[in-house]
Amino acid sequence: MNTTRKSTSWIVGIVGILVTTVVFLVPFAFVLTQASKSPQEAARLEFTWPEQFMLWSNVVQVFETRDFMLITAFVNSTILTVASVFLMVLFGSMIAYVLSRRKSRINGLINGLVLAGLIVPPAVVPTIWLLQGLGLFKTLPGLVFIEVAFGLSFTVLIMRAFVRTIPREIDEAAIIDGAGPVRLFFQMIFPLLRSVIVTVVVVQSVTVFNDFQNPLYFLPGDDNATVQLTLFNFRSQFSTDYNLLFANILIITVPLLVMYLVFQRQIVSGMTSGAVKG
Amino acid sequence: MSIDASASPRPDRTEPGRTGSHLRKPKDHVGSRYPLWFYVPGGLVYLVFFIIPTAASFYFAFTRWTLFESEFIGFDNFVTFFNEPGLIGSLWNTLVYGFVTSGSKVVLGMALAVVLSLPVIARGYLRSVTFFPVLLSTVGVGLTFQVLLDPFNGIVNKAWTALSGMDGPGWLTNPDFALLSVAAIDVWKGLGIATLIYIAGIAAIPNEYFEAARVDGASGWQTFRSIILPLSFPATSTVILLSLIGGLRSFDLIWTTTGGGPGFSSDVIASVIYKQYQAGFYGLSTAGNVILFIVVTAIVYPLNRWLNSKETDL
Repeated sequence: MNTTRKSTSWIVGIVGILVTTVVFLVPFAFVLTQASKSPQEAARLEFTWPEQFMLWSNVVQVFETRDFMLITAFVNSTILTVASVFLMVLFGSMIAYVLSRRKSRINGLINGLVLAGLIVPPAVVPTIWLLQGLGLFKTLPGLVFIEVAFGLSFTVLIMRAFVRTIPREIDEAAIIDGAGPVRLFFQMIFPLLRSVIVTVVVVQSVTVFNDFQNPLYFLPGDDNATVQLTLFNFRSQFSTDYNLLFANILIITVPLLVMYLVFQRQIVSGMTSGAVKG
Repeated sequence: MSIDASASPRPDRTEPGRTGSHLRKPKDHVGSRYPLWFYVPGGLVYLVFFIIPTAASFYFAFTRWTLFESEFIGFDNFVTFFNEPGLIGSLWNTLVYGFVTSGSKVVLGMALAVVLSLPVIARGYLRSVTFFPVLLSTVGVGLTFQVLLDPFNGIVNKAWTALSGMDGPGWLTNPDFALLSVAAIDVWKGLGIATLIYIAGIAAIPNEYFEAARVDGASGWQTFRSIILPLSFPATSTVILLSLIGGLRSFDLIWTTTGGGPGFSSDVIASVIYKQYQAGFYGLSTAGNVILFIVVTAIVYPLNRWLNSKETDL
């Protein structure tokens, strides 16, 4: 029994490693090798080891393209991601906290709005019309508010489940010690939300940083480009600089991969605690 | 997750054992302790940037619109939408795309999670590898697969030719395959989340069930069929809902891989909205938005309720 179990574990594991390597790692290795090739070699689109290894010069060239557009894009994407995720965490935790602590008649309405925010696809052109009316069209703050509005529901959903696990006795104690509602939340409760905040930050950062649709609609223009839009720099109607395209893909992927490696455990535990039993 | 609209009321934990002590507060204190204005900052952003445009879309969908002035034209936009083969086809494609991706993620995610919950070697590695595509940029994935699936030079078709001796299909260039190929890429990218949710769902099943199954001498298949499958239902409903919502609204991947083509063969409503927007038909584009709204809501909302009721039956 034990030996068959052990050998099954080995067989399944090895099959798994082979399959996942082919399915998931080969495309990634392909990006890596393409990004390291010369333009002529990359244009052949073969999955081979590069004849000359020129990853570094490709990366430099990608950064220099169109007057360092990628740098501008990184600055834009970073501001966008940091600002919108910060606001999502702040607003979302406040909503989730009151929503799960306080029983009131509007709870049903709030829960309905949270659900609607998950389901309803945003109305594109009316949003542009509104942003123009507010003078926020083609501005970074405008897009920040858009991302917050679209991401708030999921944030509240994950956080609501977590706030329920924080004992109310903490509230009692803080109130007896004379804390007002604002201090109670920001000094006592908010720090206790740490683990779910990490989850939200990671999940929403990935979403916002990788977002293509919303910047495309609400933040057009080269000066406003976000990193996702830089990928189209190397594709024209007649030719594509494949080595630079893949170097660019690699560059914009690295920040999130690093973040994943750092927060791996929290992502997994957070995603699962928030998502499965809400 | 069960995206439940009605949060289950929880018994107030401060009540028992404290009656009569000075800790008991009059009821109105609870209100001031959890102030309603905490809803305001988030609610305001949500109202202005989400609710108002959504509400406005129900007016502008019935107009010819230049962003500056709009002329009410009744159902003309909808008539155009439903009569134009390229547009009405997108409705069908949206449904196919949504259900194919969602169904595949449920089946494959569950299968993968079962394997990754077994004591196999290199489990941590396998979990990480299946999850990492979730982090990748959709545009980057789309452009990469465009190259991998190139009908002549792509490595997928080169491998195909090497194995079968025949020319592989034009995955993204053949109208019969384009939509399903994009759906397959979507599954490749999103499977990690489904798997993760299933792994958590399986881990949440109390061990006694597996013990009992072992004592009764249940086979692996029986354990799966009678324990894992029914008891991981909350995970299933989460995966179905999340992937369906994502799939029906999908734009980024389709736009970067096929742009809706060849012809209109892989156009979905979301890409039609963009095309009409680009062409300056703002009213028609907004009508597309309203149709997408109706499609997604009409499918997801009853489904959510049904899954929720099944879940509480458990």
